[in-house]
Amino acid sequence: MPNADVARATTSVTLKAMPSIREEHILTTISDPKIITRGVNAYFGKIHALKGISLDIYSHRVVAIIGPSGCGKSTFLRCLNRMHEVAGGTMKGEIILDDENIMKYDPVQLRRRVGMVFQKPNPFPTMSIFDNVAAGLRLNGTRDKKTVAEAVEQSLRRAALWDEVKDLLQNSGVSLSGGQQQRLCIARALAVNPEVILMDEPASALDPISTAKIEELIFELKSKYTIAIVTHNMQQAARVSDFTAFFYLGQLIEFGKTKSLFTTPQERQTEDYITGRFG
Amino acid sequence: MNSFRWRKIKSGIATSLAALCVLLAVAPLFMIFFYTLFQGISALNLDFFTQMPKPVGETGGGMANALVGSGILVGLGSLFGLPIGILAGIYLAEYGDNPFGSIVRFLTDVLSGVPSIVVGVVAYIIVVLPMKHFSALAGGVALGILMIPTVTRTSEEMIRLVPHYYREAGLALGIPQWKTTLRIILPTAMKGIATGILLAIARAAGETAPLLFTALGNRFWSTSIGQPIASLTVFIYDYAKSPFEDWIRQAWAAAFVLIAMIFLLNLIFRIVTRGRYAER
Repeated sequence: MPNADVARATTSVTLKAMPSIREEHILTTISDPKIITRGVNAYFGKIHALKGISLDIYSHRVVAIIGPSGCGKSTFLRCLNRMHEVAGGTMKGEIILDDENIMKYDPVQLRRRVGMVFQKPNPFPTMSIFDNVAAGLRLNGTRDKKTVAEAVEQSLRRAALWDEVKDLLQNSGVSLSGGQQQRLCIARALAVNPEVILMDEPASALDPISTAKIEELIFELKSKYTIAIVTHNMQQAARVSDFTAFFYLGQLIEFGKTKSLFTTPQERQTEDYITGRFG
Repeated sequence: MNSFRWRKIKSGIATSLAALCVLLAVAPLFMIFFYTLFQGISALNLDFFTQMPKPVGETGGGMANALVGSGILVGLGSLFGLPIGILAGIYLAEYGDNPFGSIVRFLTDVLSGVPSIVVGVVAYIIVVLPMKHFSALAGGVALGILMIPTVTRTSEEMIRLVPHYYREAGLALGIPQWKTTLRIILPTAMKGIATGILLAIARAAGETAPLLFTALGNRFWSTSIGQPIASLTVFIYDYAKSPFEDWIRQAWAAAFVLIAMIFLLNLIFRIVTRGRYAER
């Protein structure tokens, strides 16, 4: 086991910052984290929403963030592309995207690389299906019609919506069903070609069939993108994610491979939560 | 069972009362509409729209110059008032959550309460006095100032009504805030803003007092913004207090035309701003 010892030694700093780290997790840490967060604290006015969160999000993996309402999981997600600033929050600590601190990015540039899908499907109501997907490109200065049309088709295909809407592209985005609207929003986020996609309870407003489609989609998307998803639904977390983080009262209680977190949780609180004793 | 019947009766009474109030609310409009039509119908003919006013003593003639003049005045007013009002509304909605925003909001409310004749005096001082003569431009400035508060406040309210998740969606796509506001939020709020614009235009088109010593009025054809210009409202004011029966009839007709034009404008705006997609 000399290799494991080396790994343990090199990541000992990380270890201290992270509660309940598992061995297999440490080994993957050495692979390629897309986003590294260290000691992230977030505040909304006097409310201390996140308390020293440190975890890594790996390339082409899905990390699920679970926890009861108000535990800070959405806030954490928003910190990753600085959307917390829009709501008036402040953040302390380090979030590193590809070796660079995100505070050094222009937030507009950062959000093109780290896209977001929201809880409530929110296609732009004044735009057609086509224009919705094209919005990110056009409003960022892409003029060429062919480029836009190709990106729209490709994004809709990746969002598994193309076959359903290819003949309705000029219809209103809000004329679609809720599940289709959410996939439209995913296509819209994909069109600007992000590397990371943040999903804030993307299926919580949808029926079971639409939810299944979104989950299937998440599985497909991870070959091209890195995904972080916040969910209330533990079964969903178990189904779609490779890693799971359990948040409680603004703290990261446990982080590890999804399978082991759900089968052999290390922390009492995690166990209580996933077995339904609270939350 | 009894109490259920009593409930139905109460519900019926309340509904009828509400319906009655609706009738009372729209009745004045219909009364004005038909009364002006009734009084002015004999003066309403093609000449009224195409001819110039006849000299005192001759009957007939029309108000072509006043129709065009009113159009120019309202157009100038919109040119000054709408951009300032809409941009101020955007500012207040997007960046106005601070003491400065509150002060501006308070001042706009005060401005909307300032009597229009006082606004006329202001335009007289800032435009007529430096130019040394009355002009359409001065009238336009006065109307523009009157339009600002309505447009500012409705724009602000309507932009605030746009759900925050559209703003977030725009920002999360890496669209800069100003573009998100102009290209996503503003179109979404446009229907409501259009209502505010319309109210402002209707109010400006119906103003007389601020035009009396700015645009003054003109019995001759003029489309120059540097010269005094005729308007329907000042015409009504002049003709209605004249002793000539023909003029009084023409004043009624002008009043009817003014109302009808505002009505039509309303209708056109509604259709144009209905948008490509039905509201949900």
